Amino acid sequence: MRGAFFTVESNRALAPGVFELVLAGDCSAVQRPGQFVNVAVPGLFLRRPISICDWTAGSMTLLVRTVGRGTAWLEKVVRGEKLDVLLPLGNGFDISAVPDGGTAILAGGGIGIAPLYALAKALLASGRRCVAALGFRCASDVFYADEFAAIGCEVAIATEDGSRGQRGYVTDVVSAYCTHGRRGTEYLFACGPEPMLKALAANGWTSSTQFSLETRMGCGFGACMGCTTETTHGPARICHEGPVFRVEDLKW
Amino acid sequence: MVALSVNLAGVKLKNPVVPASGTFGFGREFSELYDLNVLGAISVKGITREPRIGNPLPRIAETPSGMLNAVGLENRGIDAVLSEELPWLRAHFDGPIIANVGGFSPEEYASNCERLAASAAVSILEVNISCPNVHCGGRNFGSSPESATAITKAVRGVTGKPVFMKLSPNVADIAEVARACEGEGADGLCLINTLVGMRIDIARRKPVLANVTGGLSGPAILPVALRMVWAAYEAVKIPIIGCGGVASAEDAIEMMMAGATAVEVGAANLIDPMASRRIAESLPALCERLGIADIAGIVGAAHDFQRTK
Ligand SMILES: Cc1cc2nc3c(=O)[nH]c(=O)nc-3n(C[C@H](O)[C@H](O)[C@H](O)COP(=O)(O)OP(=O)(O)OC[C@H]3O[C@@H](n4cnc5c(N)ncnc54)[C@H](O)[C@@H]3O)c2cc1C
Ligand SMILES: Cc1cc2nc3c(=O)[nH]c(=O)nc-3n(C[C@H](O)[C@H](O)[C@H](O)COP(=O)(O)O)c2cc1C
Ligand code: FES
Repeated sequence: MRGAFFTVESNRALAPGVFELVLAGDCSAVQRPGQFVNVAVPGLFLRRPISICDWTAGSMTLLVRTVGRGTAWLEKVVRGEKLDVLLPLGNGFDISAVPDGGTAILAGGGIGIAPLYALAKALLASGRRCVAALGFRCASDVFYADEFAAIGCEVAIATEDGSRGQRGYVTDVVSAYCTHGRRGTEYLFACGPEPMLKALAANGWTSSTQFSLETRMGCGFGACMGCTTETTHGPARICHEGPVFRVEDLKW
Repeated sequence: MVALSVNLAGVKLKNPVVPASGTFGFGREFSELYDLNVLGAISVKGITREPRIGNPLPRIAETPSGMLNAVGLENRGIDAVLSEELPWLRAHFDGPIIANVGGFSPEEYASNCERLAASAAVSILEVNISCPNVHCGGRNFGSSPESATAITKAVRGVTGKPVFMKLSPNVADIAEVARACEGEGADGLCLINTLVGMRIDIARRKPVLANVTGGLSGPAILPVALRMVWAAYEAVKIPIIGCGGVASAEDAIEMMMAGATAVEVGAANLIDPMASRRIAESLPALCERLGIADIAGIVGAAHDFQRTK
């Protein structure tokens, strides 16, 4: 982990309240999809944890939903502005857990799809089949479906009002993509609100599953113990041993 | 050359900058960023007899110019601290290690202090009688002069190493608690711990923290800490470690002028992992600018204004 200044290259709206930032800076230390950065916001005390959606050696992409003062400030940054960032943070997804030639289902609820994009790229590059199951409220909220399709990922969308894709929740699309509507040999990665993750676990995803968790953080790099959750291996800091956990390790 | 070293009850620090307990772990995360040896001393995460997972999540909330934490003394327990954490830190840091000691009864404080003091790695015991996030039958040992007296008495006899009592700001009269600790033989004081506070999530109509309340730290509490160090300095002769809201070398000097011999840096480490090093490294130039040749000479300097008035 280190601190660095990144320069905003672009900031574009993707859907109401959701935007994509491309930042230029040294990303050579980023190791895995699912790692995150902690961004300082002028005038606010704590940094804001944001997943790395994608990265190259010299740039990274963040997808952000505006929910409060910090993200509202980020929504307004313009090309050339500098952001004070700590990176890379957290463990990230372990793609080696997916059997060779196996199918991975990537379940993302709303802004939770962000870390799944680089994950999909890594899985596809390693020869695994990839299905992105993306959940939104309605058709106008949908974002990044085309980006997932463009890299060769199958895309299945669920909207709560049925205005695009299947009516229902991510959990419904995930079930539809499994053999006979029940989980078979697929491997699941998921990121989204806790109720979504708990619903997936309740649907039988109690192994071969990695969940990316979220909580309010003090430091984001393991120093404050502000984010510890219990696991079967003992206490684990969501920011440091996580944010990605194997479902069987979680004490839910 | 500015002289930066200070002396805490016989323990020499090469400079007065000390990361505060609970904001630096055992230094591991920070050692990846810089050589810990630039620091005057290190106060490690609070230690209890049993391992503790702490309070449920969420246990962090943001505030204007600060943060609330309701961690609740999560730590691996004294056995793991003695066998793994302290040896690791000793191997990576040559300066004094301050063991921050928690407990739930006078007996537990005494036995934790005895075991930690027996470790060659530990130079100073910092007895935390002021954590707002753990509940001992609703009692907080730092909240009254009587209970502060009881803990000081219990730990004083178990070791010859310097014992610093870490005081709570959540009291009616800080000078009274300070005098009570000094009266029982404390070698020094550390103040302040966090102030009790809370936030409410207005969309969900409920407290942000699962624990409802938490401890406030960060720049928001600097003036409160200064005033309490000031009052304690007037009340006692033993050295004081000043803590609360320090984020710059200027803040550190201000704390020393209020009466602190050394200065702890807490929440600042969490938002800027280089903060403690930056403050330590900024001190010489700042001292030169302020005409300070020996930093130990400014401890309590601001109190002189009354005498020269
Ligand atoms: C590991 C991780 C990865 C994340 N990745 C993304 C991402 O890629 N895109 C995205 O839009 N959001 C992401 N989030 C959520 C994002 O951190 C919050 O939405 C953001 O911090 C809210 O800040 P705010 O000032 O706008 O909101 P406010 O509600 O004003 O924030 C107040 C405080 O609460 C914290 N907070 C509020 N909501 C959350 C939350 N859901 N999770 C953690 N802290 C929160 C803030 O950080 C801040 O300290 C991620 C969170 C974590 C923990
Ligand atoms: C996340 C966190 C954990 C803390 N844990 C401890 C602890 O274990 N023991 C202790 O004595 N103080 C603890 N503190 C209090 C700090 O050491 C310090 O007294 C307080 O935060 C005020 O200083 P600051 O404003 O510089 O943060 C903790 C503070 C924070 C923010
Ligand atoms: S947020 Fe500080 S340890 Fe995880």
